[in-house]
Amino acid sequence: MRSSEVDYNDIQGLVRFGHKQMPDASYALLRVRSVAAAQAWLRSAPVSSAVLMNPPPSTALQVAFTAAGLRTLGVATSVLAAFSPEFIAGMTEENRSRRLGDVGSNAPSQWEWGSPASEPHLVVMFFAASGRLDGFVQSSTGGIWNEAFEVVRWLDTVSLDEHEPFGFNDGISQPQIDWQQQRVAAGVQVDYSNIVALGEFLLGYRNEYAKYTDRPLVDADTTTAALLAAEDAPEKKDLGRNGTYLVMRDLRQDVRSFWQFVYRQTGADPAEAEKLAAAFVGRTRAGDPLVPIQKQAIPGIGSRPDQIRQNQFTFDQDPAGTSCPFGAHVRRANPRNADYPGRPTGLALLFATFGLGRNAFRDDLESSVRFHRILRRGREYGPALSPTDALAPAPPNDPGRGLRFICLNANISRQFEFLQNAWIMNTKFSGLTGEADPLLGNRAAIPGCTTTRDFTIQEDTELRRKVSGLPQFVTVRGGAYFFLPSLRALRYFARTGNA
Amino acid sequence: MTPQSSFMVLAPIAPPREVELRRLLASMNDAPGRLNANNALLPFGEFDTLHMARFVILDDKTVDDVHIYGLSKPTYPLYLAFVGDLDGDADKFLEELARREPRGLRAIFSCCEGFTPDTHLAGWMKAHRRPAITSYVNWPGRTVRQVREEAALRDALEGYVQRNASALTGLSPREIHATLQRFANTEKSTGRLKLSAESSTPLGWWARNLVHLIGVPLLLLLASPLLIVIPVVFLIRLRRLEKTDPELCPRVAPSYSEELAILEDHDVTNQFTAMGSFKPGIVRRWTAIFALWIVDYGARHVFTHGRLARVRTIHFARWVMLDNKRRLVFLSNYDGSLESYMDDFINKVGFGLNLAFSNGVGYPRTNWLVLDGCKDERKFKEFLRRHQLPTQVWYKAYPGLTAVDLERNARIRRGLESSSMSDQELRDWVALL
Repeated sequence: MRSSEVDYNDIQGLVRFGHKQMPDASYALLRVRSVAAAQAWLRSAPVSSAVLMNPPPSTALQVAFTAAGLRTLGVATSVLAAFSPEFIAGMTEENRSRRLGDVGSNAPSQWEWGSPASEPHLVVMFFAASGRLDGFVQSSTGGIWNEAFEVVRWLDTVSLDEHEPFGFNDGISQPQIDWQQQRVAAGVQVDYSNIVALGEFLLGYRNEYAKYTDRPLVDADTTTAALLAAEDAPEKKDLGRNGTYLVMRDLRQDVRSFWQFVYRQTGADPAEAEKLAAAFVGRTRAGDPLVPIQKQAIPGIGSRPDQIRQNQFTFDQDPAGTSCPFGAHVRRANPRNADYPGRPTGLALLFATFGLGRNAFRDDLESSVRFHRILRRGREYGPALSPTDALAPAPPNDPGRGLRFICLNANISRQFEFLQNAWIMNTKFSGLTGEADPLLGNRAAIPGCTTTRDFTIQEDTELRRKVSGLPQFVTVRGGAYFFLPSLRALRYFARTGNA
Repeated sequence: MTPQSSFMVLAPIAPPREVELRRLLASMNDAPGRLNANNALLPFGEFDTLHMARFVILDDKTVDDVHIYGLSKPTYPLYLAFVGDLDGDADKFLEELARREPRGLRAIFSCCEGFTPDTHLAGWMKAHRRPAITSYVNWPGRTVRQVREEAALRDALEGYVQRNASALTGLSPREIHATLQRFANTEKSTGRLKLSAESSTPLGWWARNLVHLIGVPLLLLLASPLLIVIPVVFLIRLRRLEKTDPELCPRVAPSYSEELAILEDHDVTNQFTAMGSFKPGIVRRWTAIFALWIVDYGARHVFTHGRLARVRTIHFARWVMLDNKRRLVFLSNYDGSLESYMDDFINKVGFGLNLAFSNGVGYPRTNWLVLDGCKDERKFKEFLRRHQLPTQVWYKAYPGLTAVDLERNARIRRGLESSSMSDQELRDWVALL
């Protein structure tokens, strides 16, 4: 099977760009009111592609659908059934909620949107250069928009200069997509690499197993003529190709609670408070890692000095967690490991295959990270609040702050859900117990465990330090699984006469 | 050490009684997947040598899969399996169980063929035991009592350290060790903590294990002239089969997935039961037997310290052949959710997975028996989920504790009781707290 070249014209721009140069954005969560009007609007919508433009555009528009949305647009049941089971069942399915930690105050029944009663059909995402958003939204939502859609919610965003609401530089570590499909992904990888197979982020291409992730392949006929052929089944049309899944989670961050807790723990010493907060995150507020950078280059992190300073590291040099705690957010979210611990080669590799020759307590606990990467495309909301301002009690009507978390992945269960379940929410991550992610943990009690509210800071030659009684800093307020189609697939969904 | 043993009591269900059996089993749970350990039928929690147990109706939905070989659907009985992992001798345990809880067990087994009010319960259970061809124990010798005592020790140390954090700050690992030793000794002398000594290894078990350790390689050596000729013929045939055996890994119906998922992720550990038929023919059957035999040898003599090759999340696992070696049932207890369990296996011990399961009908195509196969990740996951069975009742003696937790706690205890650790060992020990 020959992999064909990527057609950027067919891919929604969000996959490639994230639209960083457009600081203003707003997302419309919609339900379809009239199928015909919705399809007419979708046909005329200026959905942005991934083609590099010079000069760069000042607005961008992206569209993604939930399973309920595709059903409403008349996509055949048999076609819908070939999307991934997670997408079809949706984020709020009860057993899934248990795995994702969406229980207690995170439970879908508490959400502002996304629970079965307020499930959107689609999200239309508007991006614009400073000051251009209102005009862009206005011009795009005229005409038949009101006839087509009922607004579930508008999600506004702000640009906090690449910082998230707690005040940390964010979005520093992103996988580099192997657009050229140069990677031989199926082989053993003994070194951490930041380059990840295209098929992990777009359907229709080979993934890290060198396989094609399941997606709807449809028969060739007049309605599907415009779709591309499936690489692995050329007689079929690939409805998934150049599309991917978009996971959206509306996360409310209690910035005051966060900094007040940190200051309380450190006797209100600002320097110590910064250090503790940095230990939670695994980076300083400026974004520097807590472990020293390494000499050896890491493929795919970039070559600018700031990229090297912020990303040329793994945790190999910190096996005891004494520089960056095992439970720190960035270490959970990306353990930066490879297929085997300790880079074995030759005979050692054979031994390692059978798990022989290593018996340290924390050896080999994390799954190889290359199968669990996500592309983050989130944006913040709510006004900035500095750590010192956060120490003041909340005024009446204190505006909400948080993250409209968005990630893209081709396999929701192996990528987003695994990461959320096995790493972020797992109180047993990396040989720890009694603590989930210091930022995102839901602190839900677990039968048989005395606590889930700890955070451990490993020390070099002394007893570890343990911070206890962590409150829940982040609450899930909404969420859904969307399919971000290729532009060809979008036209297929938007053509009349589906139903 | 006290060796662990396991039992599987297997009996065909009397068809008219199936509904009643399902009702009885459901009555043992507070909710699906959440056992009431003190339920009236069988209060598992009162048996302090029992690690894990389950009742599962072996309702294999894939019996008809052999149709891909043009074979007609065979008929098998619908079995009830009662399965447990415990410290000490399994027959003795079943006798104790029958003595202490005859009422509930009789009610359950009365739903099976041939069980009447005058059936001798213990004798019947023992007679219906089915041996495993392969079994795995995370850490042979670790008893339920030890698990609980060491968990209590860790909690006590943890509490002490929290209460005395400032006094302990700045102390060297050696000083911390000495302080905690003193604390633990006081707790022990007041009876608040108990750390029982290891029992002596039963001579018979020790001798049998030694004979197995040496005997199996010896047997292979003696048979080696045969093993040179047979494999050539065998391998040629097997390679042909590998290239032609059809795969069968369709998408699992969402309703079935949900039926399984509702039973999962209520504790940090999950149960897993799966079943399927062997590919037809003697080559596949004997390949399976030989492969599982190898895995058993490894599990018994090599992988005895918390790691099945690279996997550290399995507490107990076993493979049992049924119906004249035509079907296989696999049962395990693993930490984390199913997705991470499957990923762990595919990425860390894919070769072992292929070895153990690729002789099952419909398994993703392997290459030289250990390569490829499960590396077709999506196919493999569908295959596994499709063969999985809902486990109606599942018990674990130590909720909230993973196999890695147990290892940590045991290391803490071992270090605490040691008086001759090097500085590095002391540092590593303090890091466990």
